[in-house]
Amino acid sequence: MSDLSLGRPAEKSRAAVRLRDFVFTSAIIRKILVLALLALIWELAARYMNKPILFPTFTATMAALWEAVTTENLLQSSWASLFVLLKGYVISIVLALVFVSLAVVSGFVRELLQTLISMFNPLPAIALLPVAMLWFGLGEKSLLVVLVHAVMWPFALATLTGFESVPETQRLVGRNYGLRGPSYVVRILIPAALPSILYGMKIAWAFAWRTLIAAELVFGVSSSSGGLGWFIFRNRNELFTDKVFAGLAMVIIIGLLVEGVIFRVIENVTVRRWGMQR
Amino acid sequence: MLARDPVLPAVFEVDRLTLEYRTPAGVVRAVDDVSFRAAEGERLVLLGPSGCGKSSILKAVAGFLKPASGAIRVRGREVKGPGPDRIVVFQEFDQLLPWKTVRQNVEFPLRMASRLSKVEIRERSEIILKKVGLERVLDGYPHTLSGGMKQRAAIARAMVTDADVLLMDEPFAALDALTRTQLQGELLDLAEELGFTLLFVTHSIEEAILIGTKLHLLSPHPGRTITSLDTSEFGRGDLGSARLEALSREVHDLLFTKRTDSKAVQHV
Repeated sequence: MSDLSLGRPAEKSRAAVRLRDFVFTSAIIRKILVLALLALIWELAARYMNKPILFPTFTATMAALWEAVTTENLLQSSWASLFVLLKGYVISIVLALVFVSLAVVSGFVRELLQTLISMFNPLPAIALLPVAMLWFGLGEKSLLVVLVHAVMWPFALATLTGFESVPETQRLVGRNYGLRGPSYVVRILIPAALPSILYGMKIAWAFAWRTLIAAELVFGVSSSSGGLGWFIFRNRNELFTDKVFAGLAMVIIIGLLVEGVIFRVIENVTVRRWGMQR
Repeated sequence: MLARDPVLPAVFEVDRLTLEYRTPAGVVRAVDDVSFRAAEGERLVLLGPSGCGKSSILKAVAGFLKPASGAIRVRGREVKGPGPDRIVVFQEFDQLLPWKTVRQNVEFPLRMASRLSKVEIRERSEIILKKVGLERVLDGYPHTLSGGMKQRAAIARAMVTDADVLLMDEPFAALDALTRTQLQGELLDLAEELGFTLLFVTHSIEEAILIGTKLHLLSPHPGRTITSLDTSEFGRGDLGSARLEALSREVHDLLFTKRTDSKAVQHV
């Protein structure tokens, strides 16, 4: 703004101002800057400590990541994990939406759901793993059970809260047009509560990742190739710390992509565009 | 059961309506034995201070509230619940659904409750949106509109339907004075052009006389009928006239005779 007073002088400074404005306003550039800064701190801290077997540097980790991707099928392991994760995620989101919609209609279901949420939400999903293994054996089924448990309750809680805070006027508008039951939920409640629902989906996504990686660490092989957790576990046993870090970095990268790209795009075309969220 | 012979058949009719609210402290009576009726093209205004149950009556006509006793009939059918034959315009700006554009908001009730084709729905909505002067923001989202434009869109959304009666619950109360006067005028123009039947709730005496062809005055706690007045001869031309002033004062006295100490009445 103060640059306006500079007025005339060369194209150069104007271009510089424009570049600076772009850097400061573009969310992507800002995010990249933040990530680069964190990587730099990591690199410096690791070099200062100089104990590569305990704390590999950023560059060593990236090299190990590249090696793992090219020679050890890390992408395939990640996909194996991601696939199980997506299955569990979708199942629980659908289940929770149905459950919460029923809770809107019936006071009894609502009470039931609230009780179940307060019972199971604090229960760490991993604590269920021994029971799940006992019931469903060592395989995908157990993983899915644990995943569904991890995703369902926080998501249901966020959605229920979202439904409850839909403005009274919008509810009345829906009822005024004769909407009831499922069409009332789909046409009024879900869009009106979308900010909370998306928030719940983000939280649930993070919970799902955590749970899956932890379960794979306990489990070992869950599918024929083994997942990302198994990759981390295996390399820790052999003291390939840089590869352990590479596995962790992979978890982080996938998390960043999902949060920064997928969820951001969804928000931009919905709640932000509608002015329901800034 | 009333002996009066109605000249015109009633579009909507409220017959000895009593409304009650259940609170933790017990049952509170909000409206006590109120009756009124309006024929085709009449604009009936419920007028009274806060607590007179005028909004509750409107909610009951809309079907959101069940009467404790008495009956509400629209074109002879008893009101059993909410329905698109009675479209409501609320006071709140968030009555427009934020995830729909202005056009989609206006098309929404038709899509839900009419058998018109998509093309017809689109045409009708455009015509009505032009009438309320929103043709430039057809594809804008509600959050980009001013308060007055939002209320215009809500009014368009109500008028686009072939509802038997439009119900308006203080639609202009949250607007600034200038916009309010303008929208009152626009509503009157539309009423003259389209001849819809209207139930309008307000606490502003002047707005009531201006908008209504009939006034129904209510006293508070619980809401009881004070009297009914015919104001069909008053129009915008009377704004600021002695005649309107006199009637305003008369209405004011009717509403507040018991509460002589009250100076906190809202004049608009």
